Amino acid sequence: MNKKQRGKFGRFGGQFVPEVLMPAVKELEQGYERFRDDPEFKQELDYYLKDFAGRPTPLYHARRLSEKYGVKVYLKREDLVHGGAHKLNNTLGQALLAKYMGKRRLIAETGAGQHGTATAMAGANLGIATEVYMGAKDMQRQRMNVYRMELMGTKVIPVTSGSQTLKDAINEALRDWVSNVEDTHYLIGSVVGPHPYPTIVRDFQSVIGSEVKQQIMEKEGRLPDSIVACTGGGSNAIGTFYPFISDTEVKLFAVEAGGSGMESTKKAALHSASLCVGEEGVLHGARTKILQDPYGQILESHSIAAGLDYSGVGPELTYLAGTGRIKPANTSDDEALAAFHELSRMEGIIPALESSHALAYLAKAAGSGELGDIVVINLSGRGDKDLETVLEMGAL
Amino acid sequence: MRIPDKFDELKTKGEGALIAYVCAGDGDTAGIVHALIRGGADIVELGLPFSDPIADGPTIQASIERALDAGMNPDRYFEMVKGLGVDVPLVVMTYYNLIFKRGLERFVKDCKDSGITGVIVPDLPPEESGELGGYCEENGVDLIFLVAPTTTGDRLEDILKRGTGFLYLVSRLGVTGARADIAGSTKEVLDRVKTDKPKAVGFGISSGEQAAEIIKSGAQGVIVGSAFVDIIASGEDVVGRLEALAREIKSSLG
Repeated sequence: MNKKQRGKFGRFGGQFVPEVLMPAVKELEQGYERFRDDPEFKQELDYYLKDFAGRPTPLYHARRLSEKYGVKVYLKREDLVHGGAHKLNNTLGQALLAKYMGKRRLIAETGAGQHGTATAMAGANLGIATEVYMGAKDMQRQRMNVYRMELMGTKVIPVTSGSQTLKDAINEALRDWVSNVEDTHYLIGSVVGPHPYPTIVRDFQSVIGSEVKQQIMEKEGRLPDSIVACTGGGSNAIGTFYPFISDTEVKLFAVEAGGSGMESTKKAALHSASLCVGEEGVLHGARTKILQDPYGQILESHSIAAGLDYSGVGPELTYLAGTGRIKPANTSDDEALAAFHELSRMEGIIPALESSHALAYLAKAAGSGELGDIVVINLSGRGDKDLETVLEMGAL
Repeated sequence: MRIPDKFDELKTKGEGALIAYVCAGDGDTAGIVHALIRGGADIVELGLPFSDPIADGPTIQASIERALDAGMNPDRYFEMVKGLGVDVPLVVMTYYNLIFKRGLERFVKDCKDSGITGVIVPDLPPEESGELGGYCEENGVDLIFLVAPTTTGDRLEDILKRGTGFLYLVSRLGVTGARADIAGSTKEVLDRVKTDKPKAVGFGISSGEQAAEIIKSGAQGVIVGSAFVDIIASGEDVVGRLEALAREIKSSLG
């Protein structure tokens, strides 16, 4: 790739950030280039992924679910990663990178609190001071995650601007970084933001797909027909998909949050489905698909799953959807909730509401045959954090 | 009026430029702009409010939210600017997505047609600015870039080459907002940025004393935003106090 195209996926991606941040993103670009293949760095990261995070995670054949839907269903058990979600794969990688680059402070944004928690874990373990920005509304929705972060010595800073959710937490973290670029690493939790973040986060999350590939070959002696992953910013999706991009016989489904409907009001979308119905624009440093009004004001998004509740999506996913390599889809709050209950009852696994969107797509699409005979669903996180939300919905 | 002509005029008179920022749609914008000009503002930077202003601090964020709640949008913005009838250069400051969504060429033509002669886009670094820069050049609109204390080497050279109108020097790391102290980095940045183009310093200036110090350090202008927006937010004797603050700062730039 020539220099001009670096950091772009087709016409998407790029570095649309304030001038004060440009040296920081360039420094990160150089730091990542320097350490990504460094044997010592790789060895240390492998050690943490294995002995601290608990990798590799199993690829589990969900027998009862398979019987019900007439498709052989494998679940990639990222819910078993330390902390209960795939998020730690990325935070360990970035925190270690920050350490190698000599940074003394980590900041992060969080929606559901999963990424914040995973950052707190990595920060505590590697001994780096950590501060996490979290929408005030999300802090109420996810009180236990706030407490978890605080237990690990992380300072959680409430964000009261805008819609008080993930997008505003990112804005606030970016403002912090603008003021403290010299000693601070901004640890972004998804494949969003300016280059090099979409690439860095993808690479650190690709451990999911690499393991899936090896495990499915061991179990089935062939690749799956399809892979399904929920998509908010898209880190678990691209991490699962990426090692399969050139295996074009494997269908890749990115399932977004259909929320309570695919419409929008004046200031807010009822969903978080940027890939499905968003329009091209520039948000948080990257050109990608975003939810916006006719003037380009960013719409608030909605999902029952705080971790999918975001007005944009990673630029590489937008690019891959445009080429037809991945297929965008969506499932609603209600469908996700039904899948949440179904997996709990049929397999004894309580899934995160985020992951429940991917599971819901199985119910939606299995009958049509488009998933093929063998499907891998990335179970990106566990649902313990969502019990309060589900209880409030009143359904059992 | 074009920005370079204004700086030429001020040079002849031996004055530094007062560049005043307010967000359009927060309060009576026409009344506010005229008050600033009566007080001595040489250039008015009129913010076009965006929902996610990452480069702005709490004061201007709140102003932007009030403006959006009051219904300001790009259509109304250009309509309003057309009716202002002022003879100082007007500059639009906004974020890239609003420009992108409207269409780059249409946005720049709207600027030209409504009398805006400069564009500042805080989240558009020079690397991504080629297309917008082309339309600006075609239409005689200046594209103004920010220079940060951390901007050095090839990137600084690139900005000096591409930027027109004036260079917007950020006096310190951080977001917009009034501050009592102006960092020592201001003088360092002013000395380091070697160019024939006018240099204006922004981010944190709130008094005539600070402004005078910056002009003495070698700047051709100062940009004052949050201090004006604070007055607008207070809602008390807005027009009178804006004019008085503009006069206080301008009188120290002579």
